[in-house]
Parts: sequence; structure tokens; C-alpha cells
Amino acid sequence: MEEKIYNALNEIFQDIFDDDEIVVEASTTSDDIEDWDSLEHINLVVAIEKRFGLKFSMVEVNGMKDVGEMVEIIKARGTTI
Amino acid sequence: MRELEYPFDNDLILQKKKSFRRELMKDGSVRIKKNIAILGGSTTALVAQILDLFLLNAGIEATFYESEYNQFYEDACFKNPELESFGADVFYIHTSIHNINYWPSINDSPEEVLAKEDKVFNFFKDVWENLEQTKAVIIQNNFEMPTWRLLGNKDATDIHGRVHFVSRLNERFAEYAERKENLFIHDVNYLSACAGLEQWCDSFYWNMYKYCPQVSLMPNLCFSVANIIKSIYGKNKKALVLDLDNTLWGGIIGDDGPENVKVGAESSEAETFLEFQQYVKAQKDIGILLNIDSKNEYENALTGLNLERGALKPEDFLCIKANWEPKDRNLLAIAEELNLGVDSFVFVDDNPAERHIVREQVMGVSVPELTGPEEYIHIIDKSGFFEVTNLSKDDTKRNEMYKANMEREQAQSAFENYEDYLLSLEMKADIQAFGTETIPRISQLTNKSNQFNLTTLRCSVTDIEQMAQSKDWITLYGRLEDKFGDNGVVAVEAAELLPAPENPERREAHIRLNLMSCRVLKRDLEFAMLDELVEKAKDNHVETIIGYYYPTKKNSMVANLYTVLGFEEKEDRWELSVNNYQKQCKVISINNK
Repeated sequence: MEEKIYNALNEIFQDIFDDDEIVVEASTTSDDIEDWDSLEHINLVVAIEKRFGLKFSMVEVNGMKDVGEMVEIIKARGTTI
Repeated sequence: MRELEYPFDNDLILQKKKSFRRELMKDGSVRIKKNIAILGGSTTALVAQILDLFLLNAGIEATFYESEYNQFYEDACFKNPELESFGADVFYIHTSIHNINYWPSINDSPEEVLAKEDKVFNFFKDVWENLEQTKAVIIQNNFEMPTWRLLGNKDATDIHGRVHFVSRLNERFAEYAERKENLFIHDVNYLSACAGLEQWCDSFYWNMYKYCPQVSLMPNLCFSVANIIKSIYGKNKKALVLDLDNTLWGGIIGDDGPENVKVGAESSEAETFLEFQQYVKAQKDIGILLNIDSKNEYENALTGLNLERGALKPEDFLCIKANWEPKDRNLLAIAEELNLGVDSFVFVDDNPAERHIVREQVMGVSVPELTGPEEYIHIIDKSGFFEVTNLSKDDTKRNEMYKANMEREQAQSAFENYEDYLLSLEMKADIQAFGTETIPRISQLTNKSNQFNLTTLRCSVTDIEQMAQSKDWITLYGRLEDKFGDNGVVAVEAAELLPAPENPERREAHIRLNLMSCRVLKRDLEFAMLDELVEKAKDNHVETIIGYYYPTKKNSMVANLYTVLGFEEKEDRWELSVNNYQKQCKVISINNK
């Protein structure tokens, strides 16, 4: 389950940052990816919402500290991949 | 790029925008360059990125300036050296209802409401008047409707209602813009209605990121702005090329009969096709050139277009190609007759296979994906092919002008005799042995040609390759070019060399393949092909060439070909002696000789 989520996330990150080399893990933060600024964060959030068929709340978006927290939210929603 | 044509996948564009841009930049297109300043009342980062894609796809390479967040008024009205040195060709003022700074209160007098309306309007007018001095194009969003209505339905009619207030502003924007040549209103009010106002104004995206519309609908906004820009810079489509059966009417006129095709008021399907015909006819009135490209007998096509119950009539069209030629060829012929580039055309056909062929064979033509007839208008309309930015008298009369031109050309083309006409075509033929590059086309011709085809021997690519490599075959293909363009490989001949029965020392050439595409009938290419075949026969010490004709239902046009070419008729064959042969083709220059 978790592996599938990470695979899907990697694909999204690679598209958004146009870099096939990107592999994310739980501890990945915006400091680890050069172009990950607030504008790209929006694009990531929207792409992830579409991919997993869910909507993040404002509190969730503001609270995400790293990729691991993103994954926890996705898992908690019982989303289908 | 297909992904950027309507109906596009918004999420895909958003996610892949960077790789799409890379692909577009390396596709080798020639593009005009424009500087576009986006003056925003909200976040504009995505607007620039996605507008960029749609413009690249329309042949415009843009450099962008983006104002700082919500600085559209300051940028326009106060000196900004960076913006001045940018030298914008286009200012796009991307504002929304969030940029309305005054709203009526329920206790306002009518005068107070009007004063507020003036204040908001003049705020924007300031922006336009300052930018007008630069002579650049100005594109201004009008306003989407408010998402909440204090007065409910009365919000639309009471002067204190926000819906009423926004409607008034939109009217005033429109009135002002209609008087200005360089100011264009981008109809966000309409776009947001199509997308769904609640979606458009999703407060999550406004509150979190100050995006309006919400991120997922950015492609809708940018596609629509790009349509205005491409129209201004002459990148619009100019002509429709329409199929007939199941496109302009339901059913197949050749099979079902004119009385049974569906168009008119008899059924819901008939009404749908009638509506589409009416839509197409209205396109003609704004200057779009109408043409037909249909696999049909010409007579049947005319009967269908003359039906009382349809809206379109034969005289609405400039070119009616109703025949059995491949549709891509017909489309190219139409482009030639109208003297327009193929990228000016929109090809409309219900048949996915025909759309595929045209899309693959004719680079640059637009081929919208169609579903059921009830979607035809929707898809063509939303594609923005013919976005109008300025409507002139010339536009509304364009069909008549083209018609006159074509008639003139036809009059000029009345030559003293046929040979003069052929000479005037300045034909050049390239007649060579089968070569690697031409083999697929040669095989295709042997399988497709039915009318000018003496033996109807069908050959695979492998068969053709074997002939090409064998020393016992003379092979020739003919490519014909004239002053109007290259017709491509259009003629094929292949002769097998066999020992003569009465004298095995000598060889005879038996013509196993002799065919020509119907596109180049009556151009004397058959004489040119024979001239070359005789040359090759002499090189191979062949004295006699033998031709065969195997009748089929469709090839009667060549029943007497060998007699015409000067062969002597024998029992089941025609024979030509090469020794006293005189070259026959006088109107085509062959292999640059």
C-alpha cells in the first residue's frame, strides 16, 4: 500500500519538477528539492488530489511538513490507488 | 499538440506542463515572437505557464512579464521602468470579482450605487487609458458572477444586489471596449458559467493561494485568452472542410437514398443535423470558407445539399469534392484551389479512420475529435478555431470574393488546345527504378489503384522488394510535379524479362505492373513511362515489350491503352518492337532532361 503511494508520488514529483531522477521518501521536504517553492507546492497538491481522488483541507495543506505526512493523510483517507 | 486541443485534459496539462513545453520547443515549428505582460489582480504564475503552452501550439512564442501580486493598477498607472523596457505587445489584465473595491450597501440611494459603479469602472478605465498610450493590445477580463447572493434571486434585479452590480459593470466594460480598437474583453463571465461558477470560484484556492479561477480550471482560462491573441495575430483558421454522410446529415445518401437521410424536423436526429447545418451556415456569414470533402458520387452529394429540409445549399460551398479519392488528397486540392495553407483548415468528419488519415497525411490541419452529432457544434465552437476579434465587411463577403476569384481562374484556364494546357502545367517527372524509399508507396499503389491498372496485380512490400533486387525485372516508378506542387509517386511499371520462345538467346519484357493514380490522369504520364521503359529495355537487350490487359469491373478506362501507346494487338496480348520506337511524351520534362 505504502509502496504504491510512493510510486504514484514519485511520478507526480517527476512530472511537476520535470526531473526523472526525483525519488521521494518520508523525510523529503521542500529543502531537498530545489524548485519546490510555494507555487510548485500548489501544483503538487492539486496533482496529488487528482491522482488519489481526494481533497486536502486548508489545515492539512498548511500542516504538511514532509512527504511522510502527506502519505499519512492519503492513507488515512482509505484512498484507492 | 493533440493534448492542447479542445477537449483537453486539464489535469494532464497541469501535471505535464514542463515536458509539454520542451516537446513544443523542439518540434521545429516557425513561430512569431510576442511580449506579453500579465497584469494580475490575483496570482498569475500558472496563467503565464499555461498560456505559454497554448500560444506555442498556435505558433506564437511569448516572453512574459508578470506584475507583482495584485499590482495591475500600479503597473499600468505609475511609471515602472521594468515594464516599460519590456515593451509589451499585449497586456492581459487578469482580474476577477475580488478586484472590485466598492460594493453597494442595502441602504445606498440610487445615486450612491451609481457613484460606486462609476468608481469601479473608472478605476479600470484608468488602467486602460494609461496602457492605450503604448499602442499595445489590451485584453481585459470581465467579471464572473458573485458566488453568494444576499437577496437571492432579487440580487439580479435590485440595484443593491451584487449580481446586478456586476452585470452593470460587465455591460459598461463591453460598451467601452466596442468603441476601442485595441481593447478586447475576455469573457470570464461566460467561461465561468460553462465551467460552473462554484468550481471557478472555489474559495479554497482563493484563500490559500489567491488563485482565481481555481488551479484545475486554469487551462480553460488560458486557452480562451490564447484564442484572442492568436486571432489578433492572424493565426485563426479560415476554412471548414466537411464530410457529408453522418456529418451534415444522418445516414448514407448513396445507400439510404435522399428521402431517408436524416436532416430537418422529422426526428430528434434529423433536428440535430439541421442545427449543425444552421451552425455551419452561420460560420459562412462571418467569413469562414465552406468546403466539402466526401466519399460520394458527386450527383448524390448535390442531391443531399439540395434537400429542401436542410439549411445548407451547394452555393454555400466553394469546393465540393465528392469522389472516391483519399480525403487527404481532396483536402490538399482544396487548399490549392483556395490558395491557402493547410494550417488554415479545419477538417470535420464523423469517421475516426478518415480523421486519422487526414491528421497523419496533412501536417498542420486541425482535426477535432467528434463524438455523436449532438456534440458537433459544441466541440467546434469551443475549439476557438474562428475566434472573432474584428469583424469587417470583407469577412461577411469573403465567400463571394473567393467564388469570383475561382471563376476568374477557371476562365483563364481555357486554353486553345489541350497540349497547351499540359505545357502550361510545367510538369516534371522523375522516373526511376524502384528504390528503398519509394517501395511502401509503390506497394500501396498496387493495392489501391483500380481504374488505371492494367493487371490489378496486388503486391506486398516484400514482392516489390524482390522485383527491385532482381536482374530479371525492369522496374519504374514515376513521380510527377507540376507548377502547383508535387503529386508524389503516382505511376508504377514493372516488366519481367523472359527468354523469347522462338529464340532463347533473346529476351522479352512482359509488363506485369502498369498502373497510375487517378490524380494524374490525362497528363500524358503514361507516354513518359513508356518512353523510359523502352530505354531500359534497350539497355537490357530486349527487342519486344509485351503488354497485358486483364479486365475488371473498374478498369475499363485502360482497355485500349496499349493500342493508344502504339502496341500491336495479338491474341491475348499487345506487342511493341523497341527498335523503331520514337519518344511520345512531349509535355513532361523527364529526369531533368
